[in-house]
Amino acid sequence: MTEPHAALAELTEISTQIEAAVLFDADGKVVAATIPEARAAQVATSAKALLEQAGQIGGHGELTQLEASTAEGSLFVVRDGSTMIAASTSAEPTAGLVFYDLKSALRAAAKPAAKPKAKAAAKPKPKRTTPPKRNASS
Amino acid sequence: MRARKLIALGFAVGSLLGIGLYARRGKASERLDLYFADGSLVSLHSDSPEAAPLLVHARDALRAAAT
Repeated sequence: MTEPHAALAELTEISTQIEAAVLFDADGKVVAATIPEARAAQVATSAKALLEQAGQIGGHGELTQLEASTAEGSLFVVRDGSTMIAASTSAEPTAGLVFYDLKSALRAAAKPAAKPKAKAAAKPKPKRTTPPKRNASS
Repeated sequence: MRARKLIALGFAVGSLLGIGLYARRGKASERLDLYFADGSLVSLHSDSPEAAPLLVHARDALRAAAT
């Protein structure tokens, strides 16, 4: 498994909020995805267009990440240099956690392929769940 | 008899009001949060003219990811 694919596999293993994720380059070419290629290409095209158009708003410099919340769910797009990642979640996710996981996945995907270690089977990583919402009245 | 009609009317008005408020709440939850390299955050709500074309791309991406 290549680094980008491994990074996405780890991302979906760790985060229970992320439903689908697509890693793509500056040209919109899909590098790795958790969904079939044709659908991944559509996600990459729309996410790239969204990032480019949104980046033209205001005089704030480069747009590095965005969250689009819709009734159907949320779309997250994060850019790290020429590599971008788009991920879909259900409605009202914990945005901070999703952004953190996506940035970690981007960093992991950019790493050069590690040499295989002669090691026993690794322990499965525990799944992180959304922290329970606190009651505002208490 | 008149009291029953008033109660029924009250329920009907209350239900319509509730449906209206729920629909409004759902629509208001659509938004875009943009994070820039300089640390600034721009939040666009669905009723803003800048958000509408951007939300079209977001919905397209979400539909492709889900189907």
